[in-house]
Amino acid sequence: MTRTILIVDDEPNIVISIEFLMKRAGYEVAIAYDGQQALDYLADHIPALMILDVMMPNKNGFEVCEEVRGDQRFVDLPILMLTAKGREAEMDKGLSLGANAYMTKPFSTYELVERVTSLLS
Amino acid sequence: MLQEWVILLTSFCYLGILFAIAYYGDKRADAGRSIISNPYIYTLSIAVYCTTWTFYGSVGRAATTGVGFLPIYLGPTLMAALWWFVLRKIIRIAKVHRITSIADFISSRYAKDPLIGGIVTIIAVVGILPYISIQLKAVSTSFNVLHTFQGPTVVQHIAGSIWRDTALYVTLALSVFSILFGTRHIDASERHEGMVAAIAFESVVKLVAFLVAGIFISFYLFSGPAEILHDAAKTPELSKLMKLEALNGGYTSWFTLTFLSMMAILFLPRQFHILVVENVNEDHVKKAVWLFPLYLFMINIFVLPISLAGLLTFPGGLVDPDTFVLTVPLHAHQNLVALLVYLGGLSAATGMVIVATIALSTMVCNDLVMPVLLRVRSIQKRDLSSVLLTIRRGSILGILLLGYAFFRLIGESYALVTLGLVSFAAAAQFAPAILIGIFWKGASRRGAIAALIAGFAVWSYTLLIPSFARSGWIATSILEPGPFGLAFLGPYHLFGLDMFDPLTHSVFWSMLANVGFLIGVSLFDRQNAMERLQAVQFVDVFHHGRLDSRLYSGTATISELKNLLERFMGANHARKAFFEYSQQHDLDARTTPYADSDLVKFVERKLAGTIGAASARVMISSVVKGEEISLDGVMKILDETSQVIGYSRRLEEKSRQLESATAELRAANKRLTELDRLKDDFVSTVTHELRTPLTSIRAFSEILRDNPALEPEEHQKFLDIIVKESERLTRLINQVLDLAKIESESAKWTTERVHLNEVIDEALSSISQLFNENAIELKRNVPVKPIFVMADRDRLIQVVINLLSNAAKFCDPEKGQVTVLLNAHSGKARVAVADNGPGIQPDEQERIFGKFHQLKGLRDEKPKGSGLGLTICHRIINYHGGNIWVESTPESGANFIFELSLVESNESPG
Repeated sequence: MTRTILIVDDEPNIVISIEFLMKRAGYEVAIAYDGQQALDYLADHIPALMILDVMMPNKNGFEVCEEVRGDQRFVDLPILMLTAKGREAEMDKGLSLGANAYMTKPFSTYELVERVTSLLS
Repeated sequence: MLQEWVILLTSFCYLGILFAIAYYGDKRADAGRSIISNPYIYTLSIAVYCTTWTFYGSVGRAATTGVGFLPIYLGPTLMAALWWFVLRKIIRIAKVHRITSIADFISSRYAKDPLIGGIVTIIAVVGILPYISIQLKAVSTSFNVLHTFQGPTVVQHIAGSIWRDTALYVTLALSVFSILFGTRHIDASERHEGMVAAIAFESVVKLVAFLVAGIFISFYLFSGPAEILHDAAKTPELSKLMKLEALNGGYTSWFTLTFLSMMAILFLPRQFHILVVENVNEDHVKKAVWLFPLYLFMINIFVLPISLAGLLTFPGGLVDPDTFVLTVPLHAHQNLVALLVYLGGLSAATGMVIVATIALSTMVCNDLVMPVLLRVRSIQKRDLSSVLLTIRRGSILGILLLGYAFFRLIGESYALVTLGLVSFAAAAQFAPAILIGIFWKGASRRGAIAALIAGFAVWSYTLLIPSFARSGWIATSILEPGPFGLAFLGPYHLFGLDMFDPLTHSVFWSMLANVGFLIGVSLFDRQNAMERLQAVQFVDVFHHGRLDSRLYSGTATISELKNLLERFMGANHARKAFFEYSQQHDLDARTTPYADSDLVKFVERKLAGTIGAASARVMISSVVKGEEISLDGVMKILDETSQVIGYSRRLEEKSRQLESATAELRAANKRLTELDRLKDDFVSTVTHELRTPLTSIRAFSEILRDNPALEPEEHQKFLDIIVKESERLTRLINQVLDLAKIESESAKWTTERVHLNEVIDEALSSISQLFNENAIELKRNVPVKPIFVMADRDRLIQVVINLLSNAAKFCDPEKGQVTVLLNAHSGKARVAVADNGPGIQPDEQERIFGKFHQLKGLRDEKPKGSGLGLTICHRIINYHGGNIWVESTPESGANFIFELSLVESNESPG
């Protein structure tokens, strides 16, 4: 069974790059361009992992993270936060809200794939 | 006619009875069971107002003026109605301040000035002399009439050798009597209960005697008052008496007499003494208000019948009408009735003389002699209680002898009543200083001095001096035409005022001067601290209780204070006073050698009761070490206080300033914090904005590097993304730098004539691609006629592009529509860029031009720009002296407008 990665980011170009990387690594990809879209998707899908941007319109990454963790179905869903906000306080906040990993933009493509792989193993 | 020895024996027996009553009264007072502490005794003692003037004089007055005797009793009746308001206040003040006399009262009111006490005393003594003289005259006349009366043909001519003058012996007898009576105690404020009891008894005697005479004459010699009136009405001269025209001087005179007696009942020194100083309980005033007028009514009821009976009995004026009360019974050979009448007259005279001399001697001693005596250092050291007694006794004798002298000089030329009225007019001089003083705080010390002196001077000139002249002691030319032949200075028609009788004339001018000076001087005067203090304590006596007016900074030993009290009160009284005080205040002289301020105050009050407030003050300050703070000291303290108040006011001002500075600082700090936060946000935003294109660039670069075998299409697409994102990065960096440049004012501006139409077209062409990509409809509303401004052309293009790209960002995403408008009027060129987006909330409309401000909650939450575009526009337009603003209603688009000054377009090169 192929595993689906949900990519949530409002920058189309960044989505394109991550989509390419994930597909090449052998995953299925679902895309949401803002927080609300992500929650809509999650309502009737259970992805293997979520790559979540923070600064987005219509519910930012933190809000999505908090809501998802409050749902019984997603207790074990790995969440990888990816943000241009590189400060430590942001990182702590993301982790405390239930993210499993945290990466800052710009990211290393190699490292991103590695982290996704390790989170899923 | 009666034997001389019978009369003398009766007289001395009567005086002996008085002594017994006084002795009994004092004993009872010492035992604490006062016999005078009831309103009836109080009322009877007030009736000391009725002297021989009433007893003999009213009848005499009625014989010439009919009801003309009445105003003297009408006035007090009217005044009694006001007692509850006036007298009660005076009593309360006197109690609080331990007032010993009317002089003490007035001087206390005006800063305890000894000068005022002295002036009042002099006025009182001089003013009362005529009054005392009429008592002497009445007693000696009645005595002579009683033992020499032979019938209507015998007219008395006693004057001759002074040693054969009955009046002299009456004077001496009354002196001894008054001295024995009035100066057994030294503390004048300790009430003379025995004396009051004796006076009340005398009031009963004179009333009974007069009523007996009246009943005897009306009902035994005639068959009732109605018959007397009927008989009199048949005689033309007598019938006149029963009409008002008999009244000398008409209604003005009536009014004057009423007014004078209103003042006299309160302000004659003896009335003040009885009403105020001897008052036991101010509630007694309540009953006296109606009882006293009743007494006056009763003692007057037979005046007219007796007078008319006398005139009917002795027609032709052979007998002095002043003696009718005696001579009518004598004529009927009713010696017993005559003797009773004589005793009534004697009691009327002795009552007046005793109270008047006691009151006056207290004043002379405390307010005239003591202030002088206390200046002499050597006297201060001695035991003064015996000196005080000597002074009082001496002054009693002196006053009576002066009264006698006045009688010898003038008395024979006047009727009793006329002389009495001279005294009334003198007493009235105290009225303004007291009545105005207890109701108006503004009445000042200098005002009171001026008023008293002026009133007294006018009184002396218009009443006293003329009486000397009429008695032949001064040339009568001073009366007519006037002194030095100057008619306008004539004492009876001063300044040509000749419409009044002499008394009214005098009262008019003296009261005018008195009241005028009091109010006039006070209004222009500045009161010092002491004056204000006393004024407040007098006027507001009912508002606050005892207010301590004294400040002591030093200390006194108890033994010193004791010595002081002993010197003035005698050792026994002083010891008793101290004993009482230490009982009440739990004071033990063995443990505390120093007196506290309460004890100092106590001693001062005791002393004030003995030697008057002003003198007591001098004595106390001589003993208290470190001294009582002088008036100067008080003023200094007040000055310091006002300085402190000034300082604290300045401090308050300063702290207010500090507060506002603090508020400003806080605001500035808030603003800084806000700016700091904005800068943080800005940095964070800029970082985000920089990282986003960088992320794409890096990601695709790595993808291209790691995947050489990509499809050419994909390869091309990724490269395009890298280029686009690099451009985006460049743009952002440029904007940040641009703003920094404008901010630091190092930007280079090239100002020239700018063709605005071209500027807009250039901006439109450079941004048209953005519009096309997003399918935004563009409306261009630019006139053909060129519009010129002075500006930096490139910067203006930048502004228009900025506004257009904002409009493109925020316009309706489905049916985007942007309108560019250019026009010119009233010297201004206007450019407007309108979109059909969601609009801008009113509270945001100003702030969007602020640096780092990015709109939130519009189309989406993520700000689309750097937050610098509008800031840059704002700076640029401001630099050119123009205005930029936004007009927007939420949900119906935003319209960004800027205006610049026009330049003449006809000089346009095309």
